[in-house]
Amino acid sequence: METYTLIVLLLAATIRVATPLLLASMAGLFSERAGVIDLGLEGKMLGAAFAAAAVSAVTGSVWLGLGAGILTAVALALVIGYACITHRGNQVVAGMAVTIMVVGLGPTLGLAWFNLGGQTPQLDGVGQRFTGLVWPWAQTAREVPLPGLLYAELISGQNLLVYFAAGLVPFSAWIFYRTRFGLRLRAVGENPHAVDTAGISVNGLRYQAVIISGVLCGFAGTYLSTAASSGFVRDMTAGKGYLALAALIFGKWRPWPTLWACLLFAFTDALATRLQGLVLPVVGVVPVQFILALPYVLTVLLLAGFVGQAVAPKAIGMPYSKEK
Amino acid sequence: MSAPAKLPRWAELGVLPLINLGVALVLAGVIIKTLGESPFAAFKLMATGALGTQEGIGYTLYYATNFIFTGLAVAVAYHAGLFNIGAEGQAYIGGLGTGLVCLYLGMWPFWVILPLAILAGAISGAAWAFIPAWLQARRGSHIVITTIMFNFIAAALMTYLLVNVLIKPGQQSPETREFSANAVMPAAHELFAKIGVTIVATPLNLTFGLSLMAAAGVWIFIWRTRWGFALRVAGANSTAAVYAGISPPRVIVGAMLISGALAGGLGLNELMGSQHRIMMDFPSGAGFVGIAVALMGRNHPVGIVVAAVLFGALYQGGSQLSFDMPKINRDMVVVIQGLVILLCGAMENVFRAPLTLLFARLHGGKDTE
Repeated sequence: METYTLIVLLLAATIRVATPLLLASMAGLFSERAGVIDLGLEGKMLGAAFAAAAVSAVTGSVWLGLGAGILTAVALALVIGYACITHRGNQVVAGMAVTIMVVGLGPTLGLAWFNLGGQTPQLDGVGQRFTGLVWPWAQTAREVPLPGLLYAELISGQNLLVYFAAGLVPFSAWIFYRTRFGLRLRAVGENPHAVDTAGISVNGLRYQAVIISGVLCGFAGTYLSTAASSGFVRDMTAGKGYLALAALIFGKWRPWPTLWACLLFAFTDALATRLQGLVLPVVGVVPVQFILALPYVLTVLLLAGFVGQAVAPKAIGMPYSKEK
Repeated sequence: MSAPAKLPRWAELGVLPLINLGVALVLAGVIIKTLGESPFAAFKLMATGALGTQEGIGYTLYYATNFIFTGLAVAVAYHAGLFNIGAEGQAYIGGLGTGLVCLYLGMWPFWVILPLAILAGAISGAAWAFIPAWLQARRGSHIVITTIMFNFIAAALMTYLLVNVLIKPGQQSPETREFSANAVMPAAHELFAKIGVTIVATPLNLTFGLSLMAAAGVWIFIWRTRWGFALRVAGANSTAAVYAGISPPRVIVGAMLISGALAGGLGLNELMGSQHRIMMDFPSGAGFVGIAVALMGRNHPVGIVVAAVLFGALYQGGSQLSFDMPKINRDMVVVIQGLVILLCGAMENVFRAPLTLLFARLHGGKDTE
C-alpha cells in the first residue's frame, strides 16, 4: 500500500512537470512540421510566463493573464516569423535571439513595474491562479484503494490547463493526419515547392504554423507562472523549452510519441526530485544529476540512430524562395 | 529575374553591421525610455562606466577575453558550415581540464603549469565538442540539437563533480579549494608593475594576450593554410568539396575540435585569471555571447575582437548602469545582447536589400556606361 501511494504521488508529479513540456512540444510540433525550427520555445514560454503573471497580478484575473501570455508569445513568434519567413533569416539564430532577449526583458520590466527585484508580485488572490478542479466524489473515492486513489490524485484535482494539454494531443493528431490544413502543413515542411506549385502560399502556411506555436507557448508559459507556481521568477523556464524540443525529437515529430516522450522526461524529473539526497544500499547517494541528464542523453542517442531513428521534416530550417 | 546585386566588401563588413547594431541600440533605447529613464543618459553612463576609467577599461577587456575565445569558437565552426551552440558547454568542460591541472599540479612553477593548463583546457573543450562533431559527420545528427543537449549534459556533469567529488571538504558551497599561487595567471597590473608602470588592479590578466594570439592564429589558419581552405570550401559547398578531394566528415570533426579547444580558453581567464578555483556555472552565458560576437564580427578574427570588446564594454557598462539607475539592472545587457543577435544574425537581410539598392543607385550611372 505504501509503495502504491508513492507511485501514485510520483505519477501526479509527473503530470505536473509534463504539462508545460507537452504544451511546448506541441507548439514546436506545429512550427517544425511546417519547416520552421523552433529554438524560440524557451523564450516564448518565458515571455508568456512573465506577461501572464504580471497581468494576473495587476487585474486579478488569471484569464486576462492567459490572454496576455498568449498575445506575448504570439508577438514573439511573429518576430521570428518576420525574420525567418519574410526575410529568410537563419531560424536557429532567430530563435536563440528571441530567447536571450526575453531572458533579459522579463526581469528588466519586472523590476521597473513591480520593484521586486525582477519578480512579479505573489498571486494569492482569488482567481489569480489556475487551481485544481476537484471532480465529483474525489474524496469518497480516495477510500477505495486502487482505482479510487488513482482517480482522486490523477484524474481529479488537476487544473484546466492540464486537461487542455491532454486534449491537445488527440486534437493535434486529428489536425495533422485528418484535415486538409494538416496535410498542407506537413507538405510545406517536406516539400514547399510542391505546395507552391499547387497554388498555396508557403509563407502563409508557415506564418499560421508559427502563430499556432505562439498560442500554445502562451498556454505553456501561463501554466508555469500561474498554475505550477504563484508568480514569475527569473529564468523560471529553466531549460524546459529545450527539453520540450528534445521530447519533440524523441517523439519523432509526431503527436502521440511526443506525448510519451514528455511523460518519460517528466517522470525522470519527478523521480530525480524524489530521490534527491536519498542513500540507497548499493549505489550510495543517488547521483540525481545523471537522472536529470537522462532525457538529453537519450535524445542524443536517438539522433545518432542508436535507439531508433528520428527523421526530421525534410525542408526544416530552409528558408523558402521561389527561384531556387 | 536578374542576379541580385552585391554590396561592396567594405559596406558588407563595415556599414551593414553598424546599421544592424544601430537599430539594436535604438530598440534598446526605446525599452529604456519605456522604463522611465533617459536612453541618452543610460548609454552615456554605460560608456563612461566601461571606458571612462582605468578600472572600467580593465574590466571591459577582462570580459572581452572570454568573448574573444567563445566568439572565435563559434566562427571557426561557422566557416565549416556548422552552427556550434555548444561553446557554453565546451568552455565549462574545458575549464574543468584547466582547473584540474591547477589543482593537482599546483606545486610546479607557473611556466610549467601554464602550457599544461592551456593544453588541458583545449583538449577537454575539444573532447566535449568531439562527440556532437562525430555524430554529425558520421550519423548525420543535427549538430545544433546535439550541442544544445551537450550543454545540459555538461551542466549536469559539472554539478555532480562539484557537489560530490571536487568540493572542498567541510564546505557548503560547491566549489573546489583555491588554486596555489603558482597556478594563478599574472594580472595586468602586476605585469605592468614589472616594467615600472602603475595601473589600477583589475581582473584583467595575461589571458587577454593569449586570446589575441588565438585570434591571430585563427586568421592564419582559416585564410593562410590548406586546412583552412578545405574548411571554407566544405563550409561553402560540401558537394564541390568532395570533387576537390576534401572529405567533409573529416572537416566537420576537425573544425569542431578546434572550435571546442578555443572555447576551452575561457577557463584560463575565468578560473586562473579571476576566480582561482572551479565553481558552478563559471562560463555564465559567455558561450551564447560568443554567438552574438561572431555574428557581429562577421566571423572574422578582427571583427570578433572588436565585437568582443564592445560586448565587454556592454557588460561592464551594464553593471555601472545598475548602480546608478535603480530602475535598470544588469538584465538590460542581456536584452541588448538578444537584440544584437536578432538584428545582426536573423534579420541581416532586412537592411541588406535596401542598402544594396541604394549602392546600386549611387553607382548605377557608372556601371551602365
